[in-house]
Amino acid sequence: MTTKSKRNPILRKRGLRAALALGLGAALSLGASGCSSSSTGAGGGQIVVYTYGDNSTNIQQAAVDAFNKTSTVKVKLVQVPGNDYSPKLRTVMTSSSAPDVFFNWGGGSIAPYVKANELVDLTPYFNQAPLKGAFLPSVVAAGAVDGKDYGVPMRGMQPVILFYNKTLFAQYNLQPPNTWAAMQAAITTFKAHGVIPFALGGADNWPDLMWLEYMLDRVGGSGEFTKIQNGDSSGWTDQAMTTSLTDIQQLIQEGAFGTKFTSTSYTNNAAPALLGSGKAAMQLMGSWDYANQLSNYPNFAKSEEGFTTFPDVAGGTGNPADVVGNPTNFWSINAKTKYLSTAVAFVQYMASDTYTKALLAGGWIPTATTTSSLLSSYPNPAFGQFQYQMVQQAPSFQLSWDQALPTAVGTPLDTEVGKFFAGQVSVSQFESDMQTTQKNAGS
Amino acid sequence: MTLAATSGKPRPQRHGAGAPARVGRPRLAWALPGFLFFALFAVVPMLYAVYLSFCGNWSGIGSPQLSGAGNWTRLFQDSSIRQATRLTVELTVLSWVFQTPVAMLIGVWAAGKQRNRAVLAALFFIPLVLSSTAISLLFKALLDPNFGLAPSIGPWIGFPDGNILGSTNGALIALVFVGGWQFMPFHTLIYQGGARAIPKSFYDAAAIDGAGRVAQFVHITLPQLRNTITTSSVLIVVGSLTSFETVFLLTQGGPGAATSTLSWVMYQNAFDDFNFGYACALGAGLVVVSTVLSLLMVRLSGFGSMRSTREGA
Repeated sequence: MTTKSKRNPILRKRGLRAALALGLGAALSLGASGCSSSSTGAGGGQIVVYTYGDNSTNIQQAAVDAFNKTSTVKVKLVQVPGNDYSPKLRTVMTSSSAPDVFFNWGGGSIAPYVKANELVDLTPYFNQAPLKGAFLPSVVAAGAVDGKDYGVPMRGMQPVILFYNKTLFAQYNLQPPNTWAAMQAAITTFKAHGVIPFALGGADNWPDLMWLEYMLDRVGGSGEFTKIQNGDSSGWTDQAMTTSLTDIQQLIQEGAFGTKFTSTSYTNNAAPALLGSGKAAMQLMGSWDYANQLSNYPNFAKSEEGFTTFPDVAGGTGNPADVVGNPTNFWSINAKTKYLSTAVAFVQYMASDTYTKALLAGGWIPTATTTSSLLSSYPNPAFGQFQYQMVQQAPSFQLSWDQALPTAVGTPLDTEVGKFFAGQVSVSQFESDMQTTQKNAGS
Repeated sequence: MTLAATSGKPRPQRHGAGAPARVGRPRLAWALPGFLFFALFAVVPMLYAVYLSFCGNWSGIGSPQLSGAGNWTRLFQDSSIRQATRLTVELTVLSWVFQTPVAMLIGVWAAGKQRNRAVLAALFFIPLVLSSTAISLLFKALLDPNFGLAPSIGPWIGFPDGNILGSTNGALIALVFVGGWQFMPFHTLIYQGGARAIPKSFYDAAAIDGAGRVAQFVHITLPQLRNTITTSSVLIVVGSLTSFETVFLLTQGGPGAATSTLSWVMYQNAFDDFNFGYACALGAGLVVVSTVLSLLMVRLSGFGSMRSTREGA
C-alpha cells in the first residue's frame, strides 16, 4: 500500500508507454487496435469495472466478490496497471469495449468525458439513500463537474500533510512547525547544523506544486485558485499569486530545500528516505507517504514521525484549516452502460459499513461520514484521527491543481513549477507563461 | 568479428568481388515482405500521424475532425518548441563531438590483429548489448545526488554538492555522456570494419615513403574512412534528434525544462496532455527534419554516389 493516486509514484513511471512513444504514430495505431483486448464489454449479463492497479486493489476485489453474491448481473473487475491507467482509459473509452464503471480522480480528469456526454449524472442518486449524506461534502464536491456529481468516493482521503522528525525537533529545542515563525526558526537551525530543512522531490515537479498550492491558499484564501479553475486566467497574475511565489522563492534561496532538490526524486523514494533517515527534518507530502515510511523506516514512522497542518502565513487571508491534496478517488459510470441499475447499485455499495471497514483495515482513512466512529480499528489511531479531523474540519479541500485543471493546463503547470523551482523562470515569467497556457488551452 | 578478415601477409586483391554487378540479383518480389512490413508499421502510422496533425487538439475522445493547419502554425510560434529545438541541436552536436573521435580512435585501434585488442574490443562492446532502460536506470542510480556516487564524483567535475542531474548544464552533459557510453561501441564497430577494409598495401607504401604513424592516420586512414564517417555521423545525428528513452528515464526533461528535447515534448503532449493533434504535428515535423538532414549529409559528403573507395587500389 504505497501508492494511491495520479500524484503517486507508480503512475509517474510510464515504462511501457515509453516504448510506445518511440514512434508516436505506431503508438497511436497500437492503442487503437489494442482496446478490444482486455474485456468482453458490457454484454453477457456483466458489467466491467476498471480500476487503477496497485497493491491495494484487493479491497475492491473483495467488494466485487461480495456484491456478486447477491447481484444477478455480475461485476468484472479489471485491474489496469497503474502507470498505464490514464492513456489506457483514454483509448478504451472511445471503443466498443469501454468499461461501465471506472476509477478516476474527479475534477479535470473526468471533465473531457463529461463534456462529451459520456458519464452518468449521479446528482439524483446523491439526493437519496444510501448515498445521501454518506460521504464528506468537501470530498463529494471534488468529484463534481459544473456543479453536478459524477463520482462516488471509492478510496481513502489523501490530504497533503506537513510531516516532521520529532526527534530532530526535540534535539534542537524547536517548536512543531505549525506556525510560520516556528517553521522559519526550524529552517535556520537545521541549516546551521547541516540538516536539510525540507525534503523535496523536485525532480518530479509535482511535489513542488504542493508548496504553491498551500502558499496561495494561506496568502489569498481558497477563492484564488477557484477563480483560475473556473477559467479566469487573470488569476495567475493576482497579487496573492505574486506574494506566494515570492515567498517560495525566498525559501528556495535561503536553502530551505537544500541544494540538490532539483535532482532528488520522490518517485524513486529518495525524498522520503531523506526524511526517514534523518537527513532532512520535514517533508510536505500526501498522506500516503506515511505508509511509505512505515514500510521503509518503520521505527521512524512509529515513534519519531510527527504530522501537522501547513502553517499560517503572516498577513495572509486564507483559512489555516484549508486542505489541499487528493480528496479521494472516484467511480464514475459510463453513460453507455447496458446495466445502469447494477452499476448504480455497485457504486452505492461503497457507502456500506463493510466497505468502509475494509478500507480502514487496509490503512486508508475512508471519506464516509461514519468513519469517525470506526477509526479505532485503524492501524495507527493517532494519525488516523489527525487526518480525518483535518479533512472533516476543512472549509475547503482543494484537489491538486494539476488534477483539477484540464490536462492541457495541468501538465504544463507541473513543468512550469519545476522550471520556477529550478530558477529557470522568474515570478513574473511564471505568471505570464501560465496565463498564456491557460488562454491557449481555452481557445 | 573474424580475425581472418585481415591476414597479416600481403595478398592479391580480389578483383572478382568488386566487379560490376552482373551477378544475379534477387528480383523485386523478394523485397515484398519487407516492403509490406515497412508500409504497415512505418508508413501507414506516419501518414495517420500527419492526418491527426490537421485535427486540432484531438484528445483521444470522439473521432478526430479535420480542422486546418492550426497545429502547424502553433508549432512555429511556440517558444517551448524553440527551446526544445535549440536543446536538441545542442544534444546532437555534443553527442557527435563526443562520440565520433573516441569511437574512431578505438575503432582504428581495434582493427589491429593483436589478440589483446580483440579481447578488449569485445569488452568495449558490452554496453551495446545492454538495454537502454537498464543503462539509464543504472546511471540514474549512480548519479543520485543523495544516495549515489554523484556527491563523490561531482566535486571533481565542477558540481561541489553532486547536483549533476539537477543543474541545467549537468543534466545535458549527463545525457550526452550516457548516450555516448551506450552507443560508442556500435560506432567503434563501424570504424573497426571500415579500418579493416583499408588495403594494407597503402600503409606499406606509405611506410616506404617514410610516413610515421600519425601521418599514416591523417593521410590514409582518415580519407579512406570518409564513407564510414558519413554512415556513423548520419546514425548519430538522426539517433540524437529522436533519442527519447534516456531523457525519459534519466531526467524526465528536467530540471524544469532543461532537457526537454523535441521527442520528450512530443511524448508529453501526447501522453500527459492528451493533445494528440499537436504531438503528431511535432512528430511529423521531426520525421521531415531528420530525413532532410540525413539526405543533406549523404549528399554533401559524396556518399550518395556509392563509389567504392577501393577502386583503383
